[in-house]
Amino acid sequence: MSMSRDEIKEKVIDITCDQLKVSRDQVKNESAFVEDLGADSLDIAELVMEFEDEFDLEIPENEQGIRTVNAAVDFIYGKVNG
Amino acid sequence: MRGKTAVITGGARGIGESIAKLLAKMGANIIIWDVLEDQARATADAIARNHGVKTLGAAADVTREASVEAALDAAVKEFGGIDILVNNAGVTRDGLLIRMKEEDWDLVLSINLKGVWICTKAVARVMLKARKGSIVNIASVVGVMGNAGQANYSASKAGVIGLTKTSAREFAARGVRVNAVAPGFIRTAMTDKLSDEQRGRLQSMIPLGELGTPDDVADAVAFLASDRARYITGQTINIDGGMVM
Repeated sequence: MSMSRDEIKEKVIDITCDQLKVSRDQVKNESAFVEDLGADSLDIAELVMEFEDEFDLEIPENEQGIRTVNAAVDFIYGKVNG
Repeated sequence: MRGKTAVITGGARGIGESIAKLLAKMGANIIIWDVLEDQARATADAIARNHGVKTLGAAADVTREASVEAALDAAVKEFGGIDILVNNAGVTRDGLLIRMKEEDWDLVLSINLKGVWICTKAVARVMLKARKGSIVNIASVVGVMGNAGQANYSASKAGVIGLTKTSAREFAARGVRVNAVAPGFIRTAMTDKLSDEQRGRLQSMIPLGELGTPDDVADAVAFLASDRARYITGQTINIDGGMVM
């Protein structure tokens, strides 16, 4: 499965809005899920599972790098096209 | 309870069947997961006929994530969501600890404890997303007080009580409640086989003076599963005629 970075970003933002109950204009590239978008630890776990389902990949349990929207997109882009 | 959907594991017979019947009587749609596929179907069909609710009986092995995931997918496709999960599936393989076989330890822990975790993990995802749901685990008073000859069973049921508390804490922020009931001596096919003397000895340990019935357990499960228990989570209620206080 090959996807452009923009396609991935669109989906990441969709999932983020849906999971964290935030509106689209609140979600910026540099938004941090916890600090800026109010996610708790359970939200992060659910978010990661939604990303895994949507992009058909596995995100390691201790993947601490995915703090922001941008970081999530980079991580997924690397996996999907890697 | 009307319009809600309940999954009962090990619901084809015994206490699980009594729980399924009572929830159906209160108006809930019923999904029975059991390793006894034919019996699960038969019980589900009988409940549909008698109570006019939608039912589904399906094969599910609670010790295997893939089996439970498949049963869950089918259930969600058919019913749209799941409001209530009753983790009832359980077995005994009794024997004194120093004579207990490793396979009997593993089997009981696998079905009674790991099975609760697997079903909770799978169904919780649906409930967390819906931001509502109630899970009721069937523990046992022997998980609280111990019982000679039941090292494996008592350990598994004590484990269920701990698991109940942790899942209650993890899911509380999403409005999903998790509680347990701990039955004492309940009249079943097993206790019917006891001699009068054995039964007399049992009854002398019970302040209310008699064995419980599957319906006594079902009543408590139905309460905890319902919105009447909306402010109760992480608790274990003993259904034991006062044996443990």
